[in-house]
Amino acid sequence: MLLEVKNLTTEFKLKRGIVKAVDDISFTIDKGEILAIVGESGSGKSVTSLSIMGLLQNPGRISGGQILYKSQDLSKLSKKELQKLRGNQISMIFQEPMTSLNPVWRIKDQIMESIMLHMKLSKKEALARTIEMLETVGIPSAAQRANDYPHQMSGGMRQRVMTAMALACDPELLIADEPTTALDVTIQAQILELIYQMREKFHMAVMLITHDLGVVSEAADRVIVMYCGKIMEEADVKTLFNHPMHPYTIGLMQSIPQIDDDSDKRLYMIKGMVPNPLDMPKGCPFSDRCDQSMERCTQEMPQLQDLGGHKVRCFLYDAKEGGSK
Amino acid sequence: MSEVLMDIQNLAKHFVIDTNFLGKPVSVLKAVDGVSFSINQGEAFGLVGESGCGKTTLGKILVNLYRPTNGKLIFEGKDLTGLNEEQRRSYCKDIQMIFQDPYASLNPKMTIGDIIAEPIIINGLLPRNQVEERVIYLLNCVGLARHQRNRYPHEFSGGQRQRVGIARALAVEPKLIVCDEPVSALDVSIQAQVLNLLSDLKEEFGLTYLFIAHGLNVVKHISDRVGVMYLGKLVEIAPKKELYSNPLHPYTQALLSAIPVINPEKKMERIILEGDVPSPINPPAGCRFSSRCFKAQEKCKLSEPIFKEVSPGHLVACHLFE
Repeated sequence: MLLEVKNLTTEFKLKRGIVKAVDDISFTIDKGEILAIVGESGSGKSVTSLSIMGLLQNPGRISGGQILYKSQDLSKLSKKELQKLRGNQISMIFQEPMTSLNPVWRIKDQIMESIMLHMKLSKKEALARTIEMLETVGIPSAAQRANDYPHQMSGGMRQRVMTAMALACDPELLIADEPTTALDVTIQAQILELIYQMREKFHMAVMLITHDLGVVSEAADRVIVMYCGKIMEEADVKTLFNHPMHPYTIGLMQSIPQIDDDSDKRLYMIKGMVPNPLDMPKGCPFSDRCDQSMERCTQEMPQLQDLGGHKVRCFLYDAKEGGSK
Repeated sequence: MSEVLMDIQNLAKHFVIDTNFLGKPVSVLKAVDGVSFSINQGEAFGLVGESGCGKTTLGKILVNLYRPTNGKLIFEGKDLTGLNEEQRRSYCKDIQMIFQDPYASLNPKMTIGDIIAEPIIINGLLPRNQVEERVIYLLNCVGLARHQRNRYPHEFSGGQRQRVGIARALAVEPKLIVCDEPVSALDVSIQAQVLNLLSDLKEEFGLTYLFIAHGLNVVKHISDRVGVMYLGKLVEIAPKKELYSNPLHPYTQALLSAIPVINPEKKMERIILEGDVPSPINPPAGCRFSSRCFKAQEKCKLSEPIFKEVSPGHLVACHLFE
């Protein structure tokens, strides 16, 4: 087990109250595994990754739980100790390739910075490594392009540079936060292919954060579905797509127009919208949008129960109720 | 075949990037470069392509936000490009647009009711005392409530704002609506709501859509016919089912294969295109797709393929089919 997140809770203290962006979540990632975290805006998937990386901004803070990386609690480390790990053993690809690179630095200098810091290489060796990485991620004439500034590159190129930077120090865990959302489909296919190859080659673990179920189904080994800061369902990718259990997961899958569906039927709709985090429904956070909501759902919070490796948070499957399904 | 509502003939829009000291253009970006197709009365025509292919520019020409450099727009048998500014404007209410970004396309200082009322008042469609009733009616049409009339855009979520944008477009009773990526900024569960709303409104008001998007699954869901654009040119047009089951142009094939399928058992044979879309300032000679095409031959780099019909309603621009 490479990373174990135990009961992580991350809060944002606002004037109008405390928002629990991530609410008591636990999961693990093994070596070489691709874990996808899916959810819509506000589900807490990005905050989870920022918590792991120690990159939370005020007023956000981790208010409970542990983040164990190789049995070492990341949330207890000092800034300096964390910096040693970050960019080295754990690295991250951000969503916006347009804004996550420094516009006044050449590409090569940005990548060399972390290589020289973490791998203790000389400038010359670091440059060689940089060019090698740029070639690995598929940038043509890498030695020349290394001298470019970010604005001279297209979105797909910049995302590759970000990926090269993240992979430069052979990380064991890569956190990819919506790595393809800002890209066109043909470029998205290239980047996903790249992450896949890197996993095979370096046996690194990937935590893939996305809202695109198509990407999840293509790339992931295991999937966590988040809603309003909570894990609603967790299963391996085949089980999840073949037998989704939670009404939210089922709704999400049905509401996407399928490319291989020829019928002209209306799309399934999840009614309403994500609740205001300051004004959450009592009980299950999805209860006000759920088709199968029962009296009990609006009163108490269902627990995440483990049904033989397939975890789900819903009263429909509650053993005590003798759930019908 | 039903009646043609909008016939687009050889439409082009060139932006001058740089001029020499005499004011002569030396660098020209050809955003839309000779596009011809027609939109029939009551259909939804889907237009797909990657960023920079000129699909939004094309939409903006239709609603008169850009003047075309070349070509004709025949709307209900009348050439709009030959009109002067004032005459052209009288057609604006017939062709409306729904914008991509629901956060940037509504005036933050106006209440949503005023946003919807404004086009009705400007076009003098109704006497003042009936405008309010119409605004409430439109709000109901798009699934918003009467009491929300006096709220400001920032009080709404992305999906709700997009509904306001739709109500505003409907306010002037248009015949054609250009939907420019209306759902790409929205969450999945909200996308379905807005797509269903657009389908319902099309039925109810007998609308015609030009539906611009990069999501091929979304376009497939809503459109009757689909056109694929690449670097300012149309490469393929076909009825929806034909295009998705029998794509002819290599670019269309690559686009379709790049979509992740929601079924972990079924891994598609994927065509991974090399490199990026070339710059439209200096597009490749010959076929514009030749630099990335996996079926490119020698002649593709030399001569431009002709856009021609290969089977009824299925047009493609590729040397493979000549």
